[in-house]
Amino acid sequence: MVNLRINGIALSVQEGTTIMNAAHSAGIDIPHLCYWEGLNEIGACRICVVEVAGMDKLLSACNTEVKEGMEILTNSPRVRLSRKTNVQLILSEHDCQCATCTRSGNCALQTIAKNLGIANPIYKDITEKFRWNRHFPLIRNSSKCIKCMRCIQVCDDIQDLHVWEMVGTAQRTSVGVRNGVRMDEARCSLCGQCITHCPVGALRERNDMDEVLDALADPDKITMVQFAPAVRVAWGEKAGLHRVEQTTGKLVAALKQIGFDYVFDTVYSADMTIMEEGSELIKRMGDKEKYSWPMFTSCCSGWLRFVKSEFPCFLPNLSTAKSPQQMFGALAKTYMAEKLGIDPARIVSVSLMPCTAKKYEADVEQVNGSGFKDVDIVLTTRELDNLILADGINAGELKEMPFDSFFGEGTGAGVIFGATGGVMEAALRSAYFLITKENPPADAFKNVRGMNGWKEATFTVAGTHMKVAVANGLGNARRLLNAIKAGAVEYDFVEIMACPGGCAGGGGQPIHDGREMAEIRGGELYNIDSTLPRRFSHENPTVQLTYREYLGEPLSRRAHQLLHTEVEGWDLTPETMKQ
Amino acid sequence: MSRLEFKKKDQAQKEVERLYQDLERRVVASPPSQCPVDMTSSFLKLCQAQSCGKCVPCRVGVGQMINIIEDILDLSRESSIEDLILLERTAESIRNSSDCAIGSESAEMVLKGMKSFREDYISHIEKNRCSDHLRDTRHSIPCIAKCPAEVDIPGYMALVRSGRYDDAVRLIRKDNPFPTVCALICEHPCESHCRRNMIDAPLNIRGLKMFAVDHCSDEVPIPRRMPNTGKRVAIVGGGPSGLTAAFYLALMGHNPTVFEKRKQLGGMLRYGIPSYRLPRKRLEWDIRAILKAGVEVKLNVNIDDEESIRKLVDGYDAVYVAIGAHNYKMIGIEGEESNGVYSAVDMLRAIGDNHMPDFKGKRVAVVGGGNVSMDVARTAMRLGASHVDIVYRRRKADMTAMSEEIEGAIAEGCRLLELRTPVRIESDPEGNVSALVIKPQKVGEFDDSGRPRSFPADKEEQRLLCDVVVGAIGQEIDSDVFEKAGVSVLWKKLNTDSSMSVIGTPGMFAGGDSVTGPSTAVNAIAQGKVAAANIDNYLGYNHEIELDIDIPEPLLENKRPCGRSELTSRYPDERNRDFDGFENGLLLEEAVQEAGRCLRCDCNSLGAFRGGRQVKW
Repeated sequence: MVNLRINGIALSVQEGTTIMNAAHSAGIDIPHLCYWEGLNEIGACRICVVEVAGMDKLLSACNTEVKEGMEILTNSPRVRLSRKTNVQLILSEHDCQCATCTRSGNCALQTIAKNLGIANPIYKDITEKFRWNRHFPLIRNSSKCIKCMRCIQVCDDIQDLHVWEMVGTAQRTSVGVRNGVRMDEARCSLCGQCITHCPVGALRERNDMDEVLDALADPDKITMVQFAPAVRVAWGEKAGLHRVEQTTGKLVAALKQIGFDYVFDTVYSADMTIMEEGSELIKRMGDKEKYSWPMFTSCCSGWLRFVKSEFPCFLPNLSTAKSPQQMFGALAKTYMAEKLGIDPARIVSVSLMPCTAKKYEADVEQVNGSGFKDVDIVLTTRELDNLILADGINAGELKEMPFDSFFGEGTGAGVIFGATGGVMEAALRSAYFLITKENPPADAFKNVRGMNGWKEATFTVAGTHMKVAVANGLGNARRLLNAIKAGAVEYDFVEIMACPGGCAGGGGQPIHDGREMAEIRGGELYNIDSTLPRRFSHENPTVQLTYREYLGEPLSRRAHQLLHTEVEGWDLTPETMKQ
Repeated sequence: MSRLEFKKKDQAQKEVERLYQDLERRVVASPPSQCPVDMTSSFLKLCQAQSCGKCVPCRVGVGQMINIIEDILDLSRESSIEDLILLERTAESIRNSSDCAIGSESAEMVLKGMKSFREDYISHIEKNRCSDHLRDTRHSIPCIAKCPAEVDIPGYMALVRSGRYDDAVRLIRKDNPFPTVCALICEHPCESHCRRNMIDAPLNIRGLKMFAVDHCSDEVPIPRRMPNTGKRVAIVGGGPSGLTAAFYLALMGHNPTVFEKRKQLGGMLRYGIPSYRLPRKRLEWDIRAILKAGVEVKLNVNIDDEESIRKLVDGYDAVYVAIGAHNYKMIGIEGEESNGVYSAVDMLRAIGDNHMPDFKGKRVAVVGGGNVSMDVARTAMRLGASHVDIVYRRRKADMTAMSEEIEGAIAEGCRLLELRTPVRIESDPEGNVSALVIKPQKVGEFDDSGRPRSFPADKEEQRLLCDVVVGAIGQEIDSDVFEKAGVSVLWKKLNTDSSMSVIGTPGMFAGGDSVTGPSTAVNAIAQGKVAAANIDNYLGYNHEIELDIDIPEPLLENKRPCGRSELTSRYPDERNRDFDGFENGLLLEEAVQEAGRCLRCDCNSLGAFRGGRQVKW
C-alpha cells in the first residue's frame, strides 16, 4: 500500500494506482477528456493535470502512478489555470455549436466547459472544415474532433482494423482514414466502437430519424417496427429510466405512442434464425466432407463486413442464414403481410438496432428476398431515444403494453442473441433438441457466456462431440481466424460478434463516457432469459406457426428463398452509401 | 548627445540573443522525419521577422510565400498545382530581385525544397496529407530513429541508471552485437538529435554505453538459439557487418559460416582502427559472444575467383557478402614509388596483425583530412615518430574527421598543415623519401559537397622534410571478381535494394562498406541486422529477435538544466607513447547523473501513444 495526501486528505491505496483513481477513491473526480481506462492513457488533453509537491511541472493524473508520501493538489491555482486554459484551447479547435450536435447533453467537453464556468471563448476559432460522405452510415465531423486519439486506439487495439490514423503534422495533426483512402474503401466493419468511445460529437451514425418521421406522417404507409434483443436493456439509459424500470412493455408502449402501426419483436426472428442455422449446422455435420469447417454464425453484420474484406477465404464457412433483422424484414413483406391482411407495398419496415453496421446490411441489394426492400430504415438505440425524447414521452410514466399479435412472441433463447455467446447457446439448445428430440436443461450450455474475448467449449450431444468457440471484438476474431488458418485450433461451430461483449456493447447503443456497458446489459439479457416461460427457440409458437402455415420446415425451398443469403455476393458499398 | 557613443546592449536585445541560442539548440534537436513543407513555412516565419522592411520582395513576398504554403497545408482547403507554380514563380522573383541576402536566401530555401521534396508538396495538394514516406517514422524516438541499428537507447540509459549493466548489454545486443565496439568508437549519430538539447545539451549516450560495458560481468550470456533449421548461410567477410548477420542468423537457428580472407576476425575494426581507440581485447570480447551463438569461422580463405563465388551460391542456402572497402587510393603525385611511401590501409592492416612499422625517430607526413588520416598520424606518434605532420588541401573546418579526433591528434603533438596540397615526393639517391613538396592553397567557392574548393595560392612551394609519407585519401571496394561472376555492381559498390538483397541475384545479400563505400561501424552493423532479417524471410522463416528485459519506468523528477558529463582522455604526453585505450570512462556518480538526464522520450509525447520501443524485429 502507498500512503499519500490529496488536497490534504490522507489516504492509502494499492501500489500502481494512478493519481486519477486514487483521487476518485478520495471522492475527487479529476476532470479529464482523452483518458479511457485501459484503452487510452496517453495524457494528451492535459486537462487532468495536478500539482505534486516538489515537482516543477504539473503531472497528468491519468497516467502517473502514486508514490509513497506524495502530496497532491488537484485544485491549486496553477492547476486551475492550466485546466481552464487547456479547455479553452480545445474549444478553439472544436465546433461549439452544441445545440445541433448529437452529443449535446452527453458530451465530455461540454460538461467540463460548463463545470469550469466558461462563458466565452477567448481564442481564435481554428476548427477544421467538416468534409465527409454524408450517405455513409458512419460519419466523422472533423470540426468536432478534439484529437483525443480514442478512435484510433479502439480500432487498433481492440478491433485490430486500423481504419483511423494520425495525419498531418504539428498544429494540423488530426485523425484521418488510413492511407488517405475514402472511408468507403477503408474496409471499415462499421462496428461503431469509435463512435461509442468518442468523447464528443466527432463520430456518429448517419441520422435516419427523418425518414421514419416521414413514413409515420404518410397516410398511405403502414409502419411496422422491430427492435433487437440488446435494445431492450439499453434504451431507457438515456430516456430517463432506472435500469430496473426499463422493460420491454414500456418500450412497446413508447413506440405505440410515437405512432407505429405494428410493434414486433426481433426476438421472434432470432428464434427463426436458430431454426434455420441450427438445422443448417446439423445438415452440414451430416455431410462433413462437403463443407468447409468450422461453420460460422452470420447474424452480426460488422462481422460479415470484416470477413468479406479481411478473410474472404472463410466466406464459404458462413452460415447462409440471414440475421434476425433481415429474416424479420423478409417475412414482414410476405408472410406477415399475408397473415395481417395488408398490402406489402405499403409497409415501411423499421428496425431498431444496437448497431451501426445494420444500416449497411439493410441497404445491401442482394440481401432482399421479399421482392421489396426487406428492411426500409434502421435506427440505432440512440436514434430511438431521440424519437422518444422528441415526442416528449415521459418514459417513467409509460404503462406496459403487449406486442401486436403474432410477431411479438420470443423465447429466452432469442433474447440472449444480444450478448456474446448467446447465439451459440441458443443454437446448441435447439440443436440438441433437433438431434435427440428432447430438451436439454436450459442452462446446459452456459459455459460460452461471459466477457472473455475468445471462449471455447466442447459438448457431447447424442454421442457426437462438438467443439465450439465464441469470439467477441474483431481483434479477438482475427486471432481466432488466424489460429484456424494456421491449423492451431479446430472447431465445428464458431460464433463471432464484432463488438466487445456482443450487441449489448454495440456501436449503436447509448454512450456513457469512459464506461464499458456490455457486461451489465448482457447480464440483464441473461436475467430476462432465466425468467421467461419459454427458453428454446423451437418452442416459440409463432415460429411453429410460421413453418406450419408458410415455410413448411427449416431449410425448405421457401425458407431458402426468404431466409438465406450468400454473403459473398453482397456489395461492400451499396449505391446508397456512396457519395 | 555626445559625438560618439559606445553601444551597450539593452536588456531586450540580450534576451533575444539568448533566445537565438536556445533556438539553435532546438534546431539541432529537431524531431526526426518532420513534414518538410511545414518546416519550410516555419523557417520562412523566422526569415520574415528578420526582414528590414525596405524592399518589396522581402517585406511582402516572404509573407506571401508563407500564405501560399499555409494554404497548401490547410486541411480544410482545396489547393491545386497552380498554387505550387505561383509559389515557384514568386520565390524565383524574390531570389532574383531582393536587395540583400535576407530576402534572396529565404527564397532560395523555398526553391531548394521545391526541388528536393516536391512530392511532399504534391501529396499535400492532391491528398491533403503528408507523403507516405513520413507515415511511420514521424516523431519517433529521436535517438532510436537516428541510430542506424535502432538500438533501444532510452531503455539502456534506464538500465545503466539502475546499475543493471548486464541487462544493458543484453538490451543493446538485441539490435547490435557489438556493444563494446560501439561504446568505444561509434560516431553516435543518436546524440545529434537528443531532445535534451532543447534544455541544455545532448545526453552522453556513448559515454553511458561505455560505462555499461566497463562494468558488466566478464561474461554476459547471449539469448538461447532457436531450433536448428538446417539452413546454411555463407558470409563473406568477418567484419562488423558479416559478424552481425552471422550472430542473428545463428540465433534464428540457421548455420552461418564466415569466410575471412585474413588471419583474424574483425575487418576494419581490427585492420583499420588503431588499438588505442579500440583495444584488441575489447573487440575480442564482442566477437567471442557473437561466435557463441553458433558461427563457424574459416580464416585465411579468400573468395577471390568466380569459381569460389559460384561454389558459395550453389553450396549454401543464402550468401551474405560484406567484404568491406580495403583497397586504397593513390595520392597520384610524382615520387609515390619511393621507399617510405605507404598507404594508410596497408599500414593499419599490418599493425592489425601486430607487424609494427619502424617509425622511431622518423619524420612522418600524413596526407588527408579524414578519420583514417588522424588514426595514422596518432599511430605514427605512438610508434615513436619524431615529427608528424598532417597535410590537408582544405581548411581544418572542412575536414571530414570528427573534431575530437583532430583535437586529439593536435594535443598528442601532431602538426596540422591545412591549405597545403602535396605536389611531389622527393627522394635521396637510394630512393628513400626525403621530402614532401607542398603547395599552399586558398579557399574559394563551394563545391557540390557544400565545402569550399581549394585553389593554389600565390605563394611559393614548400619542402616538408620527411622520411615517411602515408596517404590516407580514401578507400575503394575490391568488387571486380564479383562483377566478373555476374553480380550486379555499380561504381564498384555491390548493388542492393534496401533489404540488402543484391539486385538480380536471388539468395545473395550484401552490406557494409562494400555496399555503402567507406562508412561507419554502426552502419555496417545495421546492414548486417537488416540482411539477417531478410535472409531469414528468404529462407522461408519469420524468426523474431525479441526483447526479454523489463525496462525501468521513468522516475518522477524535475528535469532542470544540468551539465553534460563528458568523457576525459588520458594526458596527451602520456597516452601518445602507448597503444592502450586513450579515454577514461565516467565515474559512477557521473554515470548515474548523466543517465538521469535522459528525458525518456520512450514514455512521453508520441512514445506514450505509440509505444516507445520495438519489442521484436
